[in-house]
Amino acid sequence: MGLFIDQFFNGIGTGVVYASVALALVIIYRTTGLLNFAQGEMALFSTFVTWWFTDQGLGIVPALLVSIVLSFIAGGLIERIIIRPVEGPTKNPLSVVIITLGMFLAINALAALIFIKPGQEALQMPLLFPSGDVPGIGIQKAIVGRAAVLAIECLLLWILLQKTKIGLSLRAVASNPESAKLVGINPGAMLMLGWALAAALGAVAGTLAASRGTGAFDTSLMQQVLVFSFAAAALGGFDSPLGAVVGGLIVGVADSLTIQYVGFLDGIELAVPFALILIVLLVRPNGLFGRNIVERV
Amino acid sequence: MTKLPWFRIVAGIVLAAVALALPYFNDPDINTVFAQVMYLAIAAMGLNLLTGFNGQISIGHGAFFGIGAFTSAILVVDHGWPIEATIPVAALISAGVGVVVGFPALRVKGLYLALITLGLAVLFPRVVEKFVEGPGGVPLLQPTRLQVSSTISSMADDIYRYYVVLLVMALLYFLAWNLLRSRAGRAMIAVRDQEVAASTVGVNVAGVKISTFALSAAYAGVAGSLSVLVDRAANAANPLLYFQRSIEFLIAVVIGGTATIAGPLLGSMLLVAIRRRTSDTEAMAPALLGGALIVVVYVLPDGIVGGYLRLKAYVLKRRAAPPAPPPSANDVPNPTPSTPSPT
Repeated sequence: MGLFIDQFFNGIGTGVVYASVALALVIIYRTTGLLNFAQGEMALFSTFVTWWFTDQGLGIVPALLVSIVLSFIAGGLIERIIIRPVEGPTKNPLSVVIITLGMFLAINALAALIFIKPGQEALQMPLLFPSGDVPGIGIQKAIVGRAAVLAIECLLLWILLQKTKIGLSLRAVASNPESAKLVGINPGAMLMLGWALAAALGAVAGTLAASRGTGAFDTSLMQQVLVFSFAAAALGGFDSPLGAVVGGLIVGVADSLTIQYVGFLDGIELAVPFALILIVLLVRPNGLFGRNIVERV
Repeated sequence: MTKLPWFRIVAGIVLAAVALALPYFNDPDINTVFAQVMYLAIAAMGLNLLTGFNGQISIGHGAFFGIGAFTSAILVVDHGWPIEATIPVAALISAGVGVVVGFPALRVKGLYLALITLGLAVLFPRVVEKFVEGPGGVPLLQPTRLQVSSTISSMADDIYRYYVVLLVMALLYFLAWNLLRSRAGRAMIAVRDQEVAASTVGVNVAGVKISTFALSAAYAGVAGSLSVLVDRAANAANPLLYFQRSIEFLIAVVIGGTATIAGPLLGSMLLVAIRRRTSDTEAMAPALLGGALIVVVYVLPDGIVGGYLRLKAYVLKRRAAPPAPPPSANDVPNPTPSTPSPT
């Protein structure tokens, strides 16, 4: 039983990363109706930025904060410059897939070019949380810390979306851009904000993903994470932030328990999110928390 | 009375003659590159049938390519089959997997389907890694040189391979070209343009979607099978290789021209050319490729072929414009950029 509980909490620890990336995917999906295939690589780039600041002698927490701010700005710029020309209901979804895949390739390669010196295999990220268990309850400090980060993330996001005027505008644009425009909201600015938020979430997710175990990471860090996060977002429903968080945690735990208990999936744990995506999309295409959308012909 | 399109007939014969004569004027290395372009073009054509003509987005065709490659490699290496005989088997197995993956496509579309196929592309190499063990424990199968050599004694290996790939490509392009002008092809396009409307006029939407998916997977499988003949290896050691392949196919389709016949081939040529140009700067290649992809979507949203058609329409319009009376209906080109007809 102890092993089960350990594996469960390990799953929560990784699930936090999936939940963060899934949150970012959901925010972009809600504001622009796009799946951002480059989300993982954007997070990767932010992770390298965090690492660069720690390498310059900054502590990991301030480095992460700086990276979040920079990612926020970069995310808004990416939306304005790269995505804006191809987004909108009249545009071909294929163009957007191509653009985000192009970003996927380009950002990954750029990160390697800029940050990794020739001959270097992996980089070393300082750990965010001390090792060892929280005294008394036998759960690793790191897992509690990561869960706390996710909780803070959710709280801030909730306050922003539900309690501020900007959040109201953001939700208005997500639900009906035309009407939002009529009441004086600038939809373009809101789309930029959506991408900026997603990029900032990515910075947190990437840094969390790198800063575990030995802290070693390379440019393939986020690729597997991205698939798991898509599974999480599909599970929760692509238009529900709550769903993304719950989905992320479920996927993390499911993955961790599979590795422990289902021996023949050793090495192909990716089958788990893949199967989850398939099942959810077949049984409940709008996800656990998603709304049904009626198509008009 | 219909006029024979003499220009097209002559151009076709010249093109065919050039394609047949080409390997005798080039080094073996270059012939191998040509063969690589052609198998890439086959896979891209398969993806084009699915994405361009049927409107289903897949970024998992690298997995079907891999299934074809490993089917052939296993049959040749472990069971001693001649490689030419494995091509239909690779096509069938890929098509079978295509049906299985195509089923979710009935429930989900657009970006969600892209998502499922993404999972497939990332999962595939790991499955291979687990179940296929080549020499040294690496998931890499290599037929011997003899197993992929020329079966015609008077012909050099590279020329023989070039001709095999050329023949298969010509057959498959001809098949696609005819298919698209048939009832089935029109049904595919109708499903892409307006699914509900298509179903009201009696198109079996589910059947069309699944069979297009299977056919498209079979094209990719054949391409994978041919890649073993040309490159003498089926390799899953790099877990991202088949994902990158998927993206390559998509790039070839988009650069060449979505929903055109010649597009995938032109796109493949350009892609291989770019790849060879940038091969000495290994890290830069994906960055350039990614950047090029984004630029192409802005500048030539309908690819090389689409751009050519637009240019032609523009020039013809300019030429037709000066005389005051409106030109007769026959002279007016009828470009429909939104739904380009097969060219």
